Amino acid sequence: MRKYSYILMLFGITAFLSSCGNQGDNKSSNGALSSSAAEKAYVAPGEHDEFYAFMSGGYSGNITVYGLPSGRLFKEIPVFSQFPTSGYGYSEETKPMLNTSFGFVPWDDAHHPDISQTNGELDGRWIFINGNNTPRIARVSLETFETEEIIELPNSAGNHSSSFITENTEYVVAGTRFSVPVPQRDMPINEYKGNYKGALSFISIAPDNGRLNLEFQMMMPGFNYDLSHPGRGKSHGWFFFTTYNTEEAHTLMEVNSSQNDKDFIAAVNWKKVEEYVKNGGGTKMPAEYAHNVYDEHTHMATSTMKKEVITVDPTKVPGAVYFLPTPKSPHGCDVDPSGQYIIGNGKLSADLTVHSFDNMIAAIEGAKFDGEAYGIPILKFEDVLAGTVKSGGLGPLHTEFDGQGNAYTTFFISSEVVKWKLGTWEVIDRQPTYYSVGHLMIPGGNSRKPFGKYVVAMNKITKDRYLPTGPEMEHSAQIYDISGDKMELIYDFPTHGEPHYAAGCPAELLAPNSKKIYRLSENKHPYAVLTPDQAKVERDGNEVHIYMSTIRSHFTPDNIEGIKVGDKVYFHITNHEQDFDVPHGFAMIGQNTSELLIMPGQTKTSLWEPKKPGVWPFYCTDFCSALHQEMQGYVRVSPAGSDVPLTYSLGE
Amino acid sequence: MKINKSIYSILFAVLLLGCGGKEEKKEGFSVDRAKEVDKTFETPVVDEVPASQRVTLDEKGVGPIKDITLDPEIDPEMAAAGEALFKTNCTACHKLDKRFIGPSPRGIMERRSPEWIMNMILDPKLMTEQDRCAKDLLIEFNGAAMANQNLTVEETRSILEYFRTL
Repeated sequence: MRKYSYILMLFGITAFLSSCGNQGDNKSSNGALSSSAAEKAYVAPGEHDEFYAFMSGGYSGNITVYGLPSGRLFKEIPVFSQFPTSGYGYSEETKPMLNTSFGFVPWDDAHHPDISQTNGELDGRWIFINGNNTPRIARVSLETFETEEIIELPNSAGNHSSSFITENTEYVVAGTRFSVPVPQRDMPINEYKGNYKGALSFISIAPDNGRLNLEFQMMMPGFNYDLSHPGRGKSHGWFFFTTYNTEEAHTLMEVNSSQNDKDFIAAVNWKKVEEYVKNGGGTKMPAEYAHNVYDEHTHMATSTMKKEVITVDPTKVPGAVYFLPTPKSPHGCDVDPSGQYIIGNGKLSADLTVHSFDNMIAAIEGAKFDGEAYGIPILKFEDVLAGTVKSGGLGPLHTEFDGQGNAYTTFFISSEVVKWKLGTWEVIDRQPTYYSVGHLMIPGGNSRKPFGKYVVAMNKITKDRYLPTGPEMEHSAQIYDISGDKMELIYDFPTHGEPHYAAGCPAELLAPNSKKIYRLSENKHPYAVLTPDQAKVERDGNEVHIYMSTIRSHFTPDNIEGIKVGDKVYFHITNHEQDFDVPHGFAMIGQNTSELLIMPGQTKTSLWEPKKPGVWPFYCTDFCSALHQEMQGYVRVSPAGSDVPLTYSLGE
Repeated sequence: MKINKSIYSILFAVLLLGCGGKEEKKEGFSVDRAKEVDKTFETPVVDEVPASQRVTLDEKGVGPIKDITLDPEIDPEMAAAGEALFKTNCTACHKLDKRFIGPSPRGIMERRSPEWIMNMILDPKLMTEQDRCAKDLLIEFNGAAMANQNLTVEETRSILEYFRTL
């Protein structure tokens, strides 16, 4: 009974505390949350959401997975950053995933996720995302929701106009934001102009297993390549990149790269370049970049350093690249579902510039050029222009489409989403965002077939939207119902890291294929223990390998003696569960890495270097069963040079 | 009182450690550690015989297997396949020669029906929720819930065949 009275006391204290804490006023800041809006965002307990939303984590380096319309967070997928929750980037198997030509880089800035497509429609096989800082592209499986591959990009810097895929997932395309000397060399910064290059990378994707290969890099003039999108439908085979800093400034950029009234959208005919390279064109250039692949069956990643890349001088491939003049340092570069319109959002402007693909082809065929830049023909602005959206907003950034002939553009400075009509360019509706919106996302909104039911606005500034949490806050997203003529704000939710872009798709595209367990019988890990009687401890010099298995709720073995100070102890742990949602964790006192979270049928390895003699416990970190608190073991560590024999046991 | 004693013992142990004296072998503390039935939380006694020794051959259990007929002859190939599966999926908790996390499968054919055995392997959660004997076994074996190893009916059937050889 005593136990119960303690618990009651605790409840009492908690209740007391929470009643004191709730002094804040609950007034609604905008009144948008009418009861009908609440119903639209509400997903009842036990019910599932209609859409998946994959948001980039920005400086978290990862992807977060949310449900729409509820805004519930399902998972954080570690991609470019170490993740102690699962041991990603800490376990011996996954450390190679974060290898680069600069060595182990445990972090990146992840920006633009994009889901694989077939015939321009989402197919739900993989999602790709770019590492902006140390240029990398990652491929994540949408069956396991795990990062399977990361390829580094040489000659690139600030990998921002990435990672966007062509409509049959032929290539994932990555453009450099910063132009740099190519090859990198020690040279004065003020010799930038005319000397630095901007690399546009085309990475092929093997249709069967998704393996990435850097096929070629186009060495463009030294502008900043900001964002990009593929052509689709009639414009399939082309890729469009916004540029800024066509001034080629290298200092005080916020002034010096805003001098030209118009920068360019670079239109790249990648099919032409692909053919040129296939026929032996391009220059093989020495390079150094890591290619890291995770194998789902060995549960291990390997890192290979590549030594060469094919570079293409665009002026050597006639008809490969044209510049489309676009006003006011364009940022977003979006292509409508038909492939006809290319929208350049001049971020210092109030208007949107819409180019016409047909007009562009006609201008090219008529050879109507307005000079050239470093040998690349510039088309006449008036010739390629389809129309201008006079919105009245300020700071247009990004555009998505609903598949009903409408486009939705974010305005950063005036904090709003503006809905307008393709073809007539008239503004239909505008709704405020809270605050300073960057990207927006309609599931499939960057494909031939958008699912135009919701749009999510991802904001840069949160301020007063939620209870304050000190100076640092999560970013804020707003979801609008766009099924009617007018957009309706239905919900607000905080998002982890700094989501830049996001990608969404209908739940039924992924949910039925989502993997539940790894089959133990398919486990090819070299240190896997497939039956408990294979569990063992082996010494090789000062390296000790512990082959350990787990099942509810014990480790085999759980008593180990004969370990010595100075040993490198590898715990190779195989989870023998074959049931959905029964991971086991592993944590060792004094471990200089992180815990491991091992999924059913999986093997993971943790390195422990014991520093002190003693008897040191380890335990399962995941509450796995009623006997979880019993899931523990001991390692006896003896001083270096002692002769305690190596033994291991369970239940003896 | 039991609790108080253990607390004092722990405190005493901490004090001793704190003194940093020479290591010496100590006996464990001498509280009566045998299991005794706590009258307050006693589960109702329904059967004098422990579940592991009960014979429930008439019970088919709850789950996908409603009725199976065993061939008089043991199929050695099927039994071998079952043995391999048992080794991979079950031996972490079930040993042939002793009671471990769970009971030994030796002699199970004399106590349980083939249907009950297969249902227990195929859906242990459902069984421990709805089958009296499975529920009692869970309590008898310290609440160590049997893991669902996601085996197919065919795989489970072969494990049953292996049990017939034991």
